[in-house]
Parts: sequence; structure tokens; C-alpha cells
Amino acid sequence: MKQFAERMGTLGLIACGIILVVVLGALLAPIIAPYDPTIGSVTQRYQGMSAEHWFGTDQAGRDIFSRLVWGARSSLTGPLIVVVITAIFGTGIALTAVWFGGFVDSALSRLLDLLFAFPNLLLAMLAIAVFGPSLTTAALALAVAYIPYSARVVRSMAMRERNLPYIRSPELQGISGAVITVRHLLPNVAPLIVTGATINFGFAMIELAALSFLGLGVQPPEADWGLMVSNGQQSLLNGYPAESVLAGLSIVITVAAVGYVGERLGGRAAAGRKA
Amino acid sequence: MTTPAIIVTNLTKTFPTGPKKRMTALDAVSLTIDKGSCLAVVGESGSGKTTLARIIVGLETPDSGEVAVNGEPVAPRANRKELRRRARDIQMVFQDPQSSLNRRLPVRVAVDEVLRAHADLSGPARRERCAELFTLVGLETRFMDALPSELSGGQKQRVAIARALAANPSVIVLDESVAALDVTVQAQILELLAELRVSQGLTYLFITHDLSVVQMIADQVVVMRKGSIVERGTTTEVLTAPQHPYTRLLLACAPRPGWKPQRGMIAKLREEIAS
Repeated sequence: MKQFAERMGTLGLIACGIILVVVLGALLAPIIAPYDPTIGSVTQRYQGMSAEHWFGTDQAGRDIFSRLVWGARSSLTGPLIVVVITAIFGTGIALTAVWFGGFVDSALSRLLDLLFAFPNLLLAMLAIAVFGPSLTTAALALAVAYIPYSARVVRSMAMRERNLPYIRSPELQGISGAVITVRHLLPNVAPLIVTGATINFGFAMIELAALSFLGLGVQPPEADWGLMVSNGQQSLLNGYPAESVLAGLSIVITVAAVGYVGERLGGRAAAGRKA
Repeated sequence: MTTPAIIVTNLTKTFPTGPKKRMTALDAVSLTIDKGSCLAVVGESGSGKTTLARIIVGLETPDSGEVAVNGEPVAPRANRKELRRRARDIQMVFQDPQSSLNRRLPVRVAVDEVLRAHADLSGPARRERCAELFTLVGLETRFMDALPSELSGGQKQRVAIARALAANPSVIVLDESVAALDVTVQAQILELLAELRVSQGLTYLFITHDLSVVQMIADQVVVMRKGSIVERGTTTEVLTAPQHPYTRLLLACAPRPGWKPQRGMIAKLREEIAS
């Protein structure tokens, strides 16, 4: 724990604190949020900040604070789905390619290049056009689009490890590739997978927010930060910036915090390798 | 006469160096190693000595030629079953002790997985055998559960030797196995290897560039240059009365107490080799 604090530094600990607050907010939304995020009252439109509505209300008279708290749920689960799927498949593909090498490696690498050539958002929009707009569709499509990024990074590191004696030696004993990969290769590239996941988390969060902003992700009247930025556009022009600005800030702060922690973890992984 | 431990016949191996270009690493190399002896293969970097070792253990497939271990020819393209069979006859100790062990697992695992692959032993019996092997290579059994980072280079190399012994092989290929250690540790490891050779009835193929190491451990020496054997003989013959100018060059270049670079002589020998 003390070691962790040392690695993170002051800023890193603050970032961890921010992440903790956001996650707790998402988990405890029903308890924290004072109002239902989807039901507003026409008489309560465009309220300023007050004791009753901390961050005011939006054009439908919904409590912005409640929407931010509830919005944390979809804003976090979306990127989480993306990152978990990406890490599992990206790592799986990378390690398979590295173990077999030769033709298998070339074939998988070309397949990834093909995926690379597709702009992420375009792929996501394509999937949404086929399967209909929803957070799940958007997250799954983005996950597919991210696999090559994760796979390429893991592959390059695993490739270096592949020729080291601690991998070669059990191979010479006739121990199966699956066992060696899981027992020796995976644990030694794991720090990289974790770092990659935190970096992807930030990208996924922004891109999912963009999709929600375009009306292709989370659907109204659900609360979502990306959706709130989009929803607040009209209010912004009418002189009520609170909704867009606060939702946008939430995205920026969370992405920055996750990115910073990821970077610190990455530095730690690099330091661990030297030891 | 008993069958030699290893017979290598006309081994040739080329590597692609570019489009339609190949570099010859081994050019029709033949040699035999008698049971219980230690053959040192010396030569500068790129002379093909490591390629020879890698083919003999099965890490590399030769273009042509044959390898027989204990009188039995080994399949050139090794699958898992073949590797497992070969591993019971022949094992390898690698150069770099740092990368020879998985840095995330206790060092015992490296030995244990070899026992698991080759010996039909229960968990406790394996642990006991593991402790025996540790004692055999001069390591206290308390090191069994240590991580590689807690061991010195020499201790790690001892673990690597224990791993090689775990399958009860008759031949051990040592690929520059003491090159990464400092001289005092080198001497200790060489002493251990000499003891084990007698007590375990082992045959060594010792790949090295260090002539002082050759003098300490080998009975026979083969000198390689550009993929071919240029000289062979007993250690005393080769080191005291070298026939080939390349061997004389190697001897002239070997640093030893009181040694001064003799520029003119080295150039002269180079000329002689070229002609």
C-alpha cells in the first residue's frame, strides 16, 4: 500500500481519489441523487444553482446533479465493457500470434492491419446502423475497433520475451505452448496489458460520449455525460451553460485521472522490468 | 568401443539475410563427442557455434545433415513429443541467468515443471526431488521459494543447472553459460560443472569464446570460423600447439595477465587466414 502511494505520487493519489469518487457516485447513485434523473417538471426549467438543485436544472426541468450522478453509470460501464473485451481478445490474439510465429503471426497481423484501416467511430456507426443505437452496440463495436491497438502493443513485448531462455527452456522440455503462455508469458506482459487498458479507457470514454452526443449511444431520456453535453447545446445558446459544461468537465476530469493513473502504473511496470 | 554421446554429421544451416540472400551459419559441420567428455566449441561471434548448439537441442532446424544422440538419430523438425523425448537425453543451460528464469515465479517452479514433464512424481515427491537438486548444485533449500530477483547471478545460474539436471539427461549443452558471470563466480560454477560431470556421468558440449574457460573444463576443443571447423584436438594440443592461423589469432587475442595488444602480429595472422 505504501509502495503504491510512493509510485503514484501526490497527483496520482489525487487522481485515484477522483476515480474513487466517480465510481462510488455511480454505484450509490440511487442513494446520492436527490431526484429522479429522467423526470423533470416544466415549471422547474432552467433553474440556477440553489440549495434545492445544486447544479440547477436543464431545459426539461430535470436536476442536473442527479443526472450527473446517474450518468456516471453508463459513462463508466461503456468504457469498461470496451476495455475488458479489448484486453481479453487483444491479448489472446497477440499471444497466439507470438507463440506460433511464422504463418499464424503474419496472418493475424494482416487481419489486425485490416481492422486498423477502419476508423474507430466509423466502425461503431456501421454497427449501430445495422443493430440499432444502444450503449451495448456502441461499446461492442468500439471494443472490436480497439482490439488491434491492444494486440499490437502486447505482441511487440511478448515477441521480445518469446526468445528469452525462461520461455525457451520449458519449450525444450516439450511442455505445451498453452501452459507456457499462461504460466510464463502472460504474467510477464500483464503490466503492459493493465497500462494499455487504462489508456484505452480514456479513449473509449471520449468516443462513447461522442457517439452518445450524436444520438448513437445511450438513448434519451437516460442520463449519460455525452448525452448531456449534446442535450445542453440549446441551453448553452440560451445562456444556461451549466449542463453541457458540467457534463463535459466530468468527462475531461475522469479521463485525465484514469490516464494519469495508467501512466503511473506503466512507469511502475517499466521500473519492475529493470529490477 | 562405446557409442559417442553425440554424433553430428554434415550439418548445414543458412539464414535468410535479405531477399534472395542467405548467410551460411553452418557449413557441413561434423563432430563427435565421447561419453563423459567435455567438448568446447570456440570461435568468435558469428562463427556458428551457437547455431550448432541450438540445432543439437532442437531449437533450430538444420537445412541438411544429421544429429544422433546416444546412437539414435533425432528428427530434424522437432514437434512437442520429439522435444520431450530429446529433453531426457540432452538439456541446455543458457547464457544469461537474468532472463533464464521467470521473474514473477519462485525459482523452484522452473525445476518443478521439468520434473512434472518428465518424471511421474506426486507433489510432495517432486518438492523433495527439487530440494535434492538444489542441494546438488550447491544451493541451500531455503532459496527454493525465492524470486529470481532475490538471487545473485551465480545462484540463478545454479538454478538453471538444477533445471537442466531435473530430467536426468546424459548430455548438457552449455551455451556461454558462464560468460555473463564475473570471474570468481565463473570459477565456482565451472568447479560445480566439473564435479557434476563426474558424479552424474554427464557429457558436456561447451560453447564459449573464452579460452581460459576452455582450459579449465574441456578435454577436447573444436575451433569454428565462419560456419566451418578449422581445427580440432585435445585441449592441450590446441592451446599449446595451434595448427591453424585462426586458432593462433584467437590465442593471440585472448587477454591474460601481462598481455599487451600486439598489433602487427594480429594483422599478420589475419593476412595468413585470408590467403
